[in-house]
Amino acid sequence: MAVFNLTINGKSQQVDVDPDTPVLWVLRDNLDLVGTKYGCGIGQCGACTIHLDGTAVRSCSLPVSAVGEKNVTTIEGLSANGDHPVQEAWREHDVPQCGYCQAGQIMNAAALLSKNPKPSEEQIENAMNGNLCRCGTYLNIKAAIKSASAKL
Amino acid sequence: MSIVKTTYNRRSFIKASLAGGGGLMLSFSWLAACSPAGATKEMPSTWFDLNAYLSIADNGEVTIMSPNPEVGQNVKTSMPMIVADELDVDWKNVIVKQAPLNTESFTRQVAGGSQSIRQSWQGLRTAGATARQMLKNAAAKQWNVSPEDCKTEAGYVISGDKKISYGEIASAAATMEVPAEVKLKDPSEFRIIGTDQRNVDIDAIVTGKSLFGLDTKKEGMQYAVVMRPPAFGLKLKSFDDSETRSVNGVNDVLQFGNKLAVLATSTWAAMKGQRALKAQWEKDTMLESTSYHDKTMRDLLNKKANEPKRSDGNARAQFAKADHVIEKIYEAPFLPHNAMEPMNFYANVTAEKAEFVGPIQTPERTRKQIAELLGRPESDISIDMTRIGGGFGRRLYGDFALEAAEISNLAKTAVKVVYSREDDMTAGIYRPGSKYKFKAAIKDGKMVAYHLVGTGANMGNATRENNFPACTLDHYLVESHELKSNITTGAWRAPITNFLAYAEQSFFDEVASELGQDPVQFRLDLFAKAKENPVGDLQYDVDKSIGVIKLAAEKAGWGKAPEGVHQGFSTYYSHNTYVAEVADVVMQGSTPVVKKVTCAIDCGIVVNPIAAINQVQGGVIDGIGHAMFGDFSFEEGQPQARNFDKYRLIRMKEAPEVEVHFVKSNNDPTGLGEPALPPAGGAIANAIAKATGKRFYRQPFVKEQIVLG
Repeated sequence: MAVFNLTINGKSQQVDVDPDTPVLWVLRDNLDLVGTKYGCGIGQCGACTIHLDGTAVRSCSLPVSAVGEKNVTTIEGLSANGDHPVQEAWREHDVPQCGYCQAGQIMNAAALLSKNPKPSEEQIENAMNGNLCRCGTYLNIKAAIKSASAKL
Repeated sequence: MSIVKTTYNRRSFIKASLAGGGGLMLSFSWLAACSPAGATKEMPSTWFDLNAYLSIADNGEVTIMSPNPEVGQNVKTSMPMIVADELDVDWKNVIVKQAPLNTESFTRQVAGGSQSIRQSWQGLRTAGATARQMLKNAAAKQWNVSPEDCKTEAGYVISGDKKISYGEIASAAATMEVPAEVKLKDPSEFRIIGTDQRNVDIDAIVTGKSLFGLDTKKEGMQYAVVMRPPAFGLKLKSFDDSETRSVNGVNDVLQFGNKLAVLATSTWAAMKGQRALKAQWEKDTMLESTSYHDKTMRDLLNKKANEPKRSDGNARAQFAKADHVIEKIYEAPFLPHNAMEPMNFYANVTAEKAEFVGPIQTPERTRKQIAELLGRPESDISIDMTRIGGGFGRRLYGDFALEAAEISNLAKTAVKVVYSREDDMTAGIYRPGSKYKFKAAIKDGKMVAYHLVGTGANMGNATRENNFPACTLDHYLVESHELKSNITTGAWRAPITNFLAYAEQSFFDEVASELGQDPVQFRLDLFAKAKENPVGDLQYDVDKSIGVIKLAAEKAGWGKAPEGVHQGFSTYYSHNTYVAEVADVVMQGSTPVVKKVTCAIDCGIVVNPIAAINQVQGGVIDGIGHAMFGDFSFEEGQPQARNFDKYRLIRMKEAPEVEVHFVKSNNDPTGLGEPALPPAGGAIANAIAKATGKRFYRQPFVKEQIVLG
């Protein structure tokens, strides 16, 4: 076990965990931030997507020891009032079915738009191709990203 | 307008009205509940139960219980919409709460078979209408007028120039006698049903609130990860848990049956502990491989059944004198469900009670099984349903809840059992592998007889013998054989029809093509026969079948496709809903690409169109995805894919545009969770065949040809 000082959603947090513990489980089990989801544990489904200094990363494959000084943002901290343009677009399009993968989808979409506010359809598809949705809400996700992009 | 007796599930009306007489304060957090419009007014001080489904607060807010599990089919929004419409309240004043398992108050708390809306339609409407009548009766009494002279309007009772809000009259209404019968609205009077309403959990979903089973965390709870036999047919011989016990955070290792549970203070520690276990396994029963399934099922297809599932006329005689016989075999693999939320369940079994929380499609049946396992009365056992991160049939089976019960009972602690993705994919209750052999007898350029033989693993009857083309042919024979397998199998979104529809609709396309007929007209001609003079017992609605075919063909511009667009057609009736789909495929070089699917659906009244379109689009994409990519096999009883690196699900790039058209209808609603899936594979395969001349007899297609979406 080792103590790690993390900055999560702008707040300093201290956790005492094994260094190999994925950030996913630190968030969920130690810090009660359960919005970040477990889907596969091997970086194949995107349900666990968070931002590390603004870049989308898979928290299931990121050991807590590798975070260092970087800022971690989770779905809970994407916006102060849950009103990030991507979250608003998800509401407008009523994107989810079961909803389980959506936090990861939103985090990935938000990272895409922060780097490329006006992505082409192909750029959206390329950026989002790592996020699985068994319910098949891909068309709503794509439409919501376009809506959010239009408002940026 | 129709009048219904409130005897339907009357207990839920009577019991609650007695309890509500005193102005019962409900014991849940109002702020934590879901409001479609977000928290709006002042905190209400008192709630009045009008029946088990609904309570009205003194400020006019209404709480409606959603009885069935929410698995992504959107019933947590659409079921309360039905109650609210008959109650006649403004939807923005409605708070929705997930009901726990409560067989006293609710019936059929199941998410399965696309039946939630269809089977609860009357009960939900009656619940709303009964409360509305009680509100009218209370106001009438107060005003000294006849209830007949009272009407309601969006949360108010009105009589002449008098008007009172539901909130103000709720206290008196809760003491009124439950009316013996109530009037239901005419569909033309619906104000909420048929309008687009957002998912009641949307705010919680987009902000990452605790909603799902895996999010459950309770005081004193330990995390349990289970090691199960790595192959079907193996049993536990011995194990060494010394390395596991040295993992930080691991508290204990328990054996139960052929399984080992690692209990730990975190999910990660439990997972690490499971990986560190060293277990020896020995053969218990046969170790089945896909090659064995393939050979055995192919042999079964050539066997004559002792009893056909259905036989009209004399098909065998017609085949004997046919000019030509078209025969094709279609084959499908076993498939895991792969709900995005892996299986999990919370259990706390104590001497006094046994408390369960988690994602389950069948809470009532699961409680019975838990009671049996623990040797406890059902009254000791509570089940709270969380939002479910996908089910697709996997969560009809409570095996993971039973594991949680057993571990909690043995360890004398609260536990949350968590499956890794590898556990989820390898300890499945799979879609059974299946095969179908179709034969059409052709005489004088016409199909005169039809013979289907189906077989599947633990599938019982692998066919739907009374579906189309039953009744359309004078000579019709359907047989089925079962392969007994020790691999656990079960319902998978649109059981049986998820592949049978594919096989059948591909076959019909091929027959039409060989006869030189248009595939849509070929089917319409067959249905015409069923309409004019059905052969044998008719168990589907011919007009609805024809209706969706014509609508899909019209909307897709069937027969008028632009240069370079190749269209394929498919239609199927399942789960009481009629669906037809047209797929558009274009060639990019030598690769066929599915660009669009146009879908026509007759599901009766569409309760919540925005969510209904979502269901249909998802069903089509899911159907295409599994037809193209769903690949799963066994070697010596061992599943060969364990995670998404080896198991391919459809991704955004491969998902085509899906255009959805509902048949306008005032018929009672049916369901939408499954019916759009079965025809999807056939539509794209038929379009690809038109584009390339190549037909796929074995899923997934990707093994035969690369198909981009």
